[in-house]
Amino acid sequence: MKKISLLFITILMGLFPLAIWANQPVFTAEDMPWDDGTAVLLKWNLDSKADSLSLQKADSLGVYHEFFNEFSTQGQHIESSLEIGGTYKYRLIAYNRAAGDSSVFTGSATTKAQWFDMNKLSLLILLGLVCGAILYYIYLGRKGKELFIRRISGLDSMDEAIGRATEKGKPILFVPGLSDLGDIQTIAALNILSPLAQKSAEYGTELLVPCRSSMVMSAARETVKEAYMQAGRPDAYREENIFYLSDDQFGFVAGVDGIMLREQPAANFFLGAFWAESLILTETGFGTGAIQTAGTGQPHQLPFFVVTCDYTLIGEELYAASAYISRDPQQLGSLKGHDFGKLLVIILVLVGVVTEILGWGWFKHFFEGGGG
Amino acid sequence: MANFMTTFGIWLAAFFTLSIFSFLYKDNPFYKFAEQVFVGLSASYWLVYTIYNILIPNLFNKLGTDFRGNLILLIPMILGILMLLRMVPKLQWLSRYPLALMIGTSAAMSMLLSFKSDFLSQMAATMVNPFSFSSPVDIVGTILMIVGTLCGVFFFYFSKKQEGFFKVPSKIGIWFLMVSFGASFGYTVMARISLLIGRLDFLLRDWLHIIK
Repeated sequence: MKKISLLFITILMGLFPLAIWANQPVFTAEDMPWDDGTAVLLKWNLDSKADSLSLQKADSLGVYHEFFNEFSTQGQHIESSLEIGGTYKYRLIAYNRAAGDSSVFTGSATTKAQWFDMNKLSLLILLGLVCGAILYYIYLGRKGKELFIRRISGLDSMDEAIGRATEKGKPILFVPGLSDLGDIQTIAALNILSPLAQKSAEYGTELLVPCRSSMVMSAARETVKEAYMQAGRPDAYREENIFYLSDDQFGFVAGVDGIMLREQPAANFFLGAFWAESLILTETGFGTGAIQTAGTGQPHQLPFFVVTCDYTLIGEELYAASAYISRDPQQLGSLKGHDFGKLLVIILVLVGVVTEILGWGWFKHFFEGGGG
Repeated sequence: MANFMTTFGIWLAAFFTLSIFSFLYKDNPFYKFAEQVFVGLSASYWLVYTIYNILIPNLFNKLGTDFRGNLILLIPMILGILMLLRMVPKLQWLSRYPLALMIGTSAAMSMLLSFKSDFLSQMAATMVNPFSFSSPVDIVGTILMIVGTLCGVFFFYFSKKQEGFFKVPSKIGIWFLMVSFGASFGYTVMARISLLIGRLDFLLRDWLHIIK
């Protein structure tokens, strides 16, 4: 019992100076962690009596100049755009104007570039998990395992639309969005264009693809040409049916509207990135009596497509479409990998909400970029 | 002369505005004329814009003034020339290289960007303690946000048939989506009406001087 008391007193005596030290005003200057070596992190914890501060940096002659003076008793400031490997001296003056007193703190730091940004650790882990799942499912798909994908009604319409265009002897119109090749939605649209072109080649139905960007036009021509060759109908391929209209948003729309009115396509596909023109395009298509399928990842345009089109691919369905139509094991594997990512999101959000309720903030902080 | 040009410009703009509006009745020669002028003008405008604002300052001027210091620019220049080879039937296949490079790099770049903004940030923003708010409205709102997000994500889960127990979150998800679409639709329609008002304002104020 005596030993325990002695130990208790020793711990208390050890903690007492620590507690005094913890309440002491502190100013530190250190290299910004996990950065490219161009920033210094300045932290301070001032006396509660302080009422203003001046943060200063020494120039090459050792003369200090103020660069920050927003007051807070406990705070930090990141000074960026510095040179890698440079040593910088700082001074913090804390004023207590009421008492006519001031305290001066100094610190210095040498900037250093880090190889990794540990604040992005969560990004790396999740990206690794999702990419790993995609590769795993692609491997399974290639091995011949049956990969189940549920019915997506918007895509089942594709055969119906092509069939109707064939019966009526009218063309199919495919608009791959108004964005450039840099947009993943355009790439998703071109992926859908491939099986669609293959079916139009098989049925012998004319396919019109107006493009807003010359790069998209080139990619669309390659896609359609390849699809016609795969369908064994290279002779039916018409390069002039995949054409450039205009880079101007509404100039392009006016052109597509004109095509819909004059060519009277029996089936319209609007897949890709669309903005303010979505309603103008689909409303005109609706007026011509065409069967319309639209899909975009732009949440603000989806309502217009839902209202005016027969079938709408909502967001993620656009990316799933090419896998669903082609049943290509590689694309199906990729889609299954994405599904794993969605399941991961649901689980992590649930765990995140529970940890927040329990007051364990570190879990959310990790995903917010506080990995280091 | 300047006054004449201003008046002429207003009359021209009014003519094209009415020609485009005439589409509301049906397709007609005025609409066709306005549409083709618009498409032609905009295509040529962007061609000239690209030459004078992208090619000349970013490529030709830099190579002309400091060729050795800008050797890196030869790479996009060669890729651009390869794209133009589409016009030569025998060398058309060469244009696939710049296309492949463009699609590959943009897909990779978007993947990282989307993963951060659409995946990680959204996920972290949903990890909220609904009971940390004092107002009942905020508590209910946060619970709805969490349920809506989870069910919305589940709606896009393609590996499971939406039947039995799995039908419930999927149905809730599509309801949330449709309600948000409805709100977004109404909001945008209001914005479009303001565009129409802007056009009518031009016709009635600048052209006809009915509104002072």
